[in-house]
Amino acid sequence: MAAADWEIVGFTFGMAALATLLIFPFGVLLAWLLARKAWRGKSLVETLVALPLVMPPVATGLILLKLMGRKGPLGSFFHEWLNLDLVFTWRAVAVAMAVMSFPLLVRGSRIAFEAINPRLEQVAATLGASPARIFLTITLPLAFRGIIAGSVLAFARALGEFGATILVAGNIPGKTTTLSVSIYSHIQIGHDTEAFRLLLVSVILAFGAVWFSERLFKKGHPLG
Amino acid sequence: MNLTFKNAKLRVGAISLELDLILEQNRTALFGASGSGKTSILELVAGLRRLDEGSIFLDGVPLMETTTRTFVPTRQRAIGYVPQDLALFPHLTVKQNLDYGIKTPADDSRIFFKKLCDLLEIGSLLDRRPPFLSGGEKQRIAFARALLAAPRLLLLDEPLASLDQTLKDKILPYLHRIWEEFSLPILYVTHSPNEVVSLCDEVIVINEGKVIARGKPTEIFIQSPIPNYRLRELS
Repeated sequence: MAAADWEIVGFTFGMAALATLLIFPFGVLLAWLLARKAWRGKSLVETLVALPLVMPPVATGLILLKLMGRKGPLGSFFHEWLNLDLVFTWRAVAVAMAVMSFPLLVRGSRIAFEAINPRLEQVAATLGASPARIFLTITLPLAFRGIIAGSVLAFARALGEFGATILVAGNIPGKTTTLSVSIYSHIQIGHDTEAFRLLLVSVILAFGAVWFSERLFKKGHPLG
Repeated sequence: MNLTFKNAKLRVGAISLELDLILEQNRTALFGASGSGKTSILELVAGLRRLDEGSIFLDGVPLMETTTRTFVPTRQRAIGYVPQDLALFPHLTVKQNLDYGIKTPADDSRIFFKKLCDLLEIGSLLDRRPPFLSGGEKQRIAFARALLAAPRLLLLDEPLASLDQTLKDKILPYLHRIWEEFSLPILYVTHSPNEVVSLCDEVIVINEGKVIARGKPTEIFIQSPIPNYRLRELS
């Protein structure tokens, strides 16, 4: 593979990692709230979170474009207050990946939290533990494998993101071109060999991530 | 101990729990068939459920009162709870399980820890994890963990139900030892008349959420005002 291809692989990998890190705390917290608490508007939030899974990625991309453009609420805030542009930059790549992979992180973590016997948390409370202590010493360690599995799956989804990314970040070589965008443009201009090389990398990365995630999901907690 | 349920009402599935009850004996059994509301009563006292209506007082202090919206959080009640499935923390060692509820690492706690380990013969299990313990061992760890948190009342939910008769015979003497060693009030849920007679001073018979009889275990089960066929149904 050419150096430029490796650069694209590295950039995609880095952006996917950044997107996963960005959504991790919010995703885990939301998953816990959905798994353990009853609150007003829960069904609405559940539906909103799942939307990027079922909506056409380009439609999600279009929404992001409207929000993050210079005239959009998010874009204008960043432009005016921080002098930063979002669309057609690496930031847009990270945001598109984050939005598209968020449902998978929430879903995986939620399953992990729901698999924990609530009696364990209740008994911890009868032993005098505060909610924060219960979360950190009982809930989180027992859900850890599931959360990591969900994160890996979200990371894999981010690696393959195309529809939303192409809309908000475009295809600027060396700046916003990701693995899947690059495969698409290679195919468009007839560079089939280059496209297939990147496809192979893409398959290997996705296979590794899904395989690792499946193993973690199946094992659950080693002692649970 | 004085545990008072005042006009306490709670809807649990098809059962409507209704209690007006004062418990003053140190070792009280709640006896009744599965689904009669016994476990829900323990959960109310532990703070794991809220009443629809009414109040619960422990030694004159409200644990829960719907009119004043009083609800003492579970962690502040100092009420020990051993559920039927024991709920030992599977990812922690036995020692970490036992330490979980200890408030201070003072010498007193260490002495108590050692005493309890000797009493329940669990000293050799400290480095093991719950999934690798036998049923009887798990049971004793669960009792010890609840006791080490220094509760003012201990709630035991059918602690022997999942054990076979041989194991029950092994665990009963440990419960007797706990009873003799610590003058701790205990609320004991069971559907075994034998356990009630062997372990408790008073029995409250619950059926479909309501108290249908109360008295000394020998009065209820031996000179029973409840016909034998009803007792068989309830147990």
